[in-house]
Amino acid sequence: MSDTAAIGVRPLADTAALHHPRGGEGSDPGRNHSDPAPLNPGPLLEAQGLVKHFPLKGGLIRSPGAVRAVDAVSFSLYPGEILGIVGESGCGKSTTARLLMNLIVPTAGTVRFDGRIAGSRELPLRAFRRQVQMVFQDSYASLNPRLTVEESIAFAPTVHGMASDEAVRRARSLLDRVGLEPARFAGRYPHELSGGQRQRVNIARALALQPRVLILDEAVSALDKSIEAQVLNLLLDLKDELGLSYIFISHDLEVVRFVATRVLVMYLGRIAEVGPTEALYTGSRHPYTTALLRSMLSMDPDRRTESAPVAGDPPNPINPPSGCRFHTRCAFAEGVCSAVDPALAPVETGHAAACHMAIASSGHSKADARAA
Amino acid sequence: MLMSRPVAEGPGQAPGLASGQAMSEIVRSPGYWATVWRRVLRDPVAVGAALVILAIVLIAILAPYIAPQDPYKGMTLRRLRPPGTEGFPLGTDELGRDMLSRLIFGARLSLFMGVTPVILALFLGSAIGIAAGYAGGWVNSILMRTIDVFFAFPSVLLAIALSGALGAGVLNGLISLTVVFIPPIARVAESVTTSVRSRDYVEAARASGAGPLTIVRVQVLGNVMGPIFVYGMSLVAVSMILASGLSFLGLGVKPPEPEWGLMLNTLRTAIYTQPLLCALPGVMIFVTSISFNMLTDGLRSAMDIKA
Repeated sequence: MSDTAAIGVRPLADTAALHHPRGGEGSDPGRNHSDPAPLNPGPLLEAQGLVKHFPLKGGLIRSPGAVRAVDAVSFSLYPGEILGIVGESGCGKSTTARLLMNLIVPTAGTVRFDGRIAGSRELPLRAFRRQVQMVFQDSYASLNPRLTVEESIAFAPTVHGMASDEAVRRARSLLDRVGLEPARFAGRYPHELSGGQRQRVNIARALALQPRVLILDEAVSALDKSIEAQVLNLLLDLKDELGLSYIFISHDLEVVRFVATRVLVMYLGRIAEVGPTEALYTGSRHPYTTALLRSMLSMDPDRRTESAPVAGDPPNPINPPSGCRFHTRCAFAEGVCSAVDPALAPVETGHAAACHMAIASSGHSKADARAA
Repeated sequence: MLMSRPVAEGPGQAPGLASGQAMSEIVRSPGYWATVWRRVLRDPVAVGAALVILAIVLIAILAPYIAPQDPYKGMTLRRLRPPGTEGFPLGTDELGRDMLSRLIFGARLSLFMGVTPVILALFLGSAIGIAAGYAGGWVNSILMRTIDVFFAFPSVLLAIALSGALGAGVLNGLISLTVVFIPPIARVAESVTTSVRSRDYVEAARASGAGPLTIVRVQVLGNVMGPIFVYGMSLVAVSMILASGLSFLGLGVKPPEPEWGLMLNTLRTAIYTQPLLCALPGVMIFVTSISFNMLTDGLRSAMDIKA
């Protein structure tokens, strides 16, 4: 197989089948991939009950507590989709990304790829890493300043046993693929490139192992708006061309709405709501999601944001609030909210919210009116 | 399909642009070290210091050819002649040996005692420090707390104690100086490695499935060796002075070997009669160590490149 073709090694038919129309087609993720993907009809990447507690330092023998960065998070990424993960800073988005990548060891829970547990005998970590790669937020810090651009990109393939001249050739064709002329950029060092160029290099580096899933952790957040749009378009093109699936982590709700097929809202290490992008943006069921969406700056002068949608900072993740973690800031909080932790309950197909108002017989006064 | 997709693809027709891309057409930027080299060359102090060191090294290597006299041959009749005596441009020492020849030959042992322990300590100390820094956690704690024990002793005292325990001699002096320099180098190596370890590019390398040794070799070493090396270089002067000190105390080099520290010791009895003569080995130690220090400073600022 030739080199450039190797990057797009998944056959065209497959790619076309995986092609996932973006925007508001009210897509049920289960339906979108049901006819293609003859081998693996299930989710591509699956987080099952991921928990990460960072023990606090200070106690001599026993740690005085733990930061509950991610607490029992389960979700699936289906082939060909872009799953957006949004939330305030500190809600566990990046920790989730690192857990998915197996860069940090989860306190509990598993990550499955194609139904197989990553790090198990069926799917050793090395093999898993060829399928799932990551692009980091800080384009400069994620490139080794002592290596040229092509050396950085060629590193991963050589780790997996590719001859170095072969790897360099792949690096160059990837550079071309991400819109950087190899002749001009291959021999450059990271500090000689602009932020957007560096992020393109990072994308090329992530693609060097021909993964099927890219985790984009705030990958465009640090870029200027115009560059951000270019890189986003590049990512969307690459996705269609190479049949990739993305987990797109961002705090920028506009960008997520633009790219994501499904959106997952996190609050204090938990999933608050998950659903198809348009359904969630137009009909959010969790008050936190609603507040988050109202915090988006409006282009319409008649729809001014007058009061702060959510007041204050998120509570301390060391001792998260009892019951629903959002009840301390929620306008609709009632007794049941601080007493019972709401489960993620389906409100529509593919749309679920962890709110007592979305659960029919939860005991919340607004439950019946709003429950599906 | 998942597993059968190999990373290493077989050869095939290179399509598109790749076929036209000859290796030589690639624009290459000067690497980090090339830039550092250029910046050092623009620093007159560093270049001067480097030339002095080079001269001393050459003198040490060519000692048998340039020394006017036998450095071991003394004569009671011509003891402690002042500098400028005919036939003995720098005078003679307390046993009537030619000072110039002894200073020239002394460069060999003095440089050897200054540089070798640092090189050995660079290898061992950076191995310990990088291992501790990259591993982190309890490995780091065990290694670094052990290293910390050595900091309880002042380095001079530690060198003297070790040399004293091992006995006099060049090799034992070497060993004790190496041991003295391992802890500070390990500490520097640990701190730079710790700061590099948490960078995203190391995370990315881990995410690509590389093992720790590969990551250290490709991603970490290039970023930590610079500061460690510069620090090691600053220790050469210290090592020379410590080695001279050991010789002075009779713990390092033994007479009649010419070594600057030892010469300083044996000449000290004549300090009132021939002060200029007694100062000569000290001047050599001073010139060499300050040259190393200035070169180190030059390198450090040359390596301090933003971005």
